[in-house]
Amino acid sequence: MSSRTTLIVGLVGLVAVIGLTFVLDPYRNYQLATIAAYLCVVAGLTMLTGVNGQLSLGHAALAACGAYCYAFTANGLAEQEVTGPVLLILPILAAVAGAAVLGLIVGLAAARLHGPYLAGVTLALVLALPAITSRFSDVFNGDQGLYISVERRPEFLAGRGGTEMFQAWVAIACAALVVILLRNLMKGNFGRQMRAVRDNEVAAAIAGVNVARTKVIAFTVSSAAAGAGGAVLAFMTQSASPGAFSLVFSLFLLMAAVIGGIGTLYGALWGSILLVVLPDAIGSLTKSLSLSPEVAQRLDGNLAVGLFGAIMVLVVIVAPLGIQGLLRKGRLKMQSRGTPQSVPVPK
Amino acid sequence: MTLKRNRAFAVVGAASVLALAACSSPGGGGGDAQDVPGVTEDKIVIGTHQPLTGPAAAGFSSISAATSAYFDYINDNGGINGREIEFIVKDDGYNPANTQTVVRDLVLQEEVFAILGGLGTPTHSAVIDFLNENEVPDLFVSGGSPMWDQPEKYPWTFGYNSEYIAEAAILAHYAQTEMPDGTYCMFGQDDDFGDDFEKGALEILGADGLAASERYSVANQDVTAQISALKAANCDVVFLASINGFTALAVGTAAQLGFFPQWMATSAGGDYGTLEKDYLQENAPLLLENFISTFYLSLETNQDDPWIEHFQMVQDEYNGGGEIGGNDIFGMNMAYMFAEALAAAGDNPTRESIVEAIESGAVKGSGLVPLGYSPEDHTGNTGVQLSQVKSGVQAYFGAPYVYENGEVTEYTGGQVPFENGIPGSN
Repeated sequence: MSSRTTLIVGLVGLVAVIGLTFVLDPYRNYQLATIAAYLCVVAGLTMLTGVNGQLSLGHAALAACGAYCYAFTANGLAEQEVTGPVLLILPILAAVAGAAVLGLIVGLAAARLHGPYLAGVTLALVLALPAITSRFSDVFNGDQGLYISVERRPEFLAGRGGTEMFQAWVAIACAALVVILLRNLMKGNFGRQMRAVRDNEVAAAIAGVNVARTKVIAFTVSSAAAGAGGAVLAFMTQSASPGAFSLVFSLFLLMAAVIGGIGTLYGALWGSILLVVLPDAIGSLTKSLSLSPEVAQRLDGNLAVGLFGAIMVLVVIVAPLGIQGLLRKGRLKMQSRGTPQSVPVPK
Repeated sequence: MTLKRNRAFAVVGAASVLALAACSSPGGGGGDAQDVPGVTEDKIVIGTHQPLTGPAAAGFSSISAATSAYFDYINDNGGINGREIEFIVKDDGYNPANTQTVVRDLVLQEEVFAILGGLGTPTHSAVIDFLNENEVPDLFVSGGSPMWDQPEKYPWTFGYNSEYIAEAAILAHYAQTEMPDGTYCMFGQDDDFGDDFEKGALEILGADGLAASERYSVANQDVTAQISALKAANCDVVFLASINGFTALAVGTAAQLGFFPQWMATSAGGDYGTLEKDYLQENAPLLLENFISTFYLSLETNQDDPWIEHFQMVQDEYNGGGEIGGNDIFGMNMAYMFAEALAAAGDNPTRESIVEAIESGAVKGSGLVPLGYSPEDHTGNTGVQLSQVKSGVQAYFGAPYVYENGEVTEYTGGQVPFENGIPGSN
């Protein structure tokens, strides 16, 4: 597809989603913003794992780095009584930069590691987070986390649901930027280099691709995207705390990338939507079943986790390319109908 | 090709919009008499966030069950002003990040009238801005932080517990009177809970009044390092600014290390029933002998206390029976106070009218000390009475004290008398 049509499709989609924020009720807008925040992180992760072949279990920690950088910058600016667009944008940039620096450091180590060893390093990162925040609790304020002074909604949005609408706009704008930048990177020369490294490092090196450099850059960019996601979450909740970026969250992010369809940005979108909508849908389902309070309480939270696990197993068996893979297969089948020779289905 | 793809994109785009729209339930719940969220002709919906799982669950998870039981009792007797009270309890696992989500769910999705008794200082401080910005009555927060008492900044938030600063000052005052030559130390939670307590203790004991001050993180169940440090400092008195689980850990770890100071705990982590049943079991009477703690409501060991008889009746009929404990009394008193506020808020309660009712002093509770509520003051219970464990029985001694303007004074007004379990009825 030419880049102009992509641009048009993207713009139309963006306008449609922003239009949506006017009709949704506040809680749905909050969820929409959460989807956008997750999309930033999952998109970065899907590029790293799906396109470049580096497995990270620690993207929650990179998002947390973004959230804390956001908190320090925003609180510093608020102390200087800076408000307006500066208070809105500068902390996000700081979050992206901070997470990118951490990603660069981890990426330098990651370039020397493969598969499970890299997963181990990134796992350690996310496990160390609560220990770090309570060890240096005068900086990070321990488990309670930091309270953040954020830029409030503009005056014309005052009233019920205005804050949530504003949050959704900021989140969607960030997600759109992240997705556009990642898309360009993945479609271009660097994208081919990443794939070459993923498929066969020796062959890539012989072909003149700088393997280590490619891996480090991929990790840094992916971390920056995670930082943007963390910044949006921090902005929405006005807080940065270790509990918000747990190991479970980290694994959920990877699951979202895999279930949605690893290596594709559309897959990241489906995964992020699922991550928010599924627990909510299950919650309403158990509520409508009028179970006894004891059973309902036991199912609350646990059922979603169980279902995610089941979907994950199903996806790996039935549709290894995730939701996006299924959609693509379906589309290709529709296109090939009526033509005698079948179109080869990409693996 | 381009055309086909465009069509595919359009389909996908439309589908996603539809999906989002489909999951956006109408939820509006409009059409009420005056369109007050959560209030209909015959029902009023309120919510809370509680640690039903996680590090604070043991002990504290029984609070909301007791509150629900008391509302069941009220509903079975006709409700308040003809309205039943529906109480939605959401689990946040004592994790501030979860509190953010569940409270938004309660306010924006369930459209509750008010939040009642949100539990925890670190958890609730994560949503106090959100609640005040949305003008949701944020009643009787279960935590002793002075943060709840800022009527200028947070006009919709009201405290419940006695403030940790007050509890610390009253405990320190007692320690100073009884053991003037003792070495005083503290073991506290690594957040505002510990910080506030330390502030209150130092106000009475002087800036260098604590020989050692150790902190723990809720995420780490090993407190050996902190207790060893307290032992090394030769502490005679250890103040505990800890939740129940960590009170038990501190006392148990100290016993293992052969360290037996005089423990003095806050009401948030000094309920003998919880410490015995959920943590120390058969070791409790021995480990907790002489253990001093604070509280501001009736204790189940009180003799001939009509409040205890009443709460025990509700416990038997609506909360599965069994002997009533400190957390049950805490939860039921909270429900009673909400009922008082609702009864005083008029036949057609609004979010504004219930806040006015509370500020007018219509809410009395069942406490040993007065509540602080007025337009200028959103403090809950203004003081505490000390209790001590003797042979496995925790009972009050001495008089209740209140803490005001940096001074600890005896309160002689007496406990609120029991009249009727259902406010506003005769």
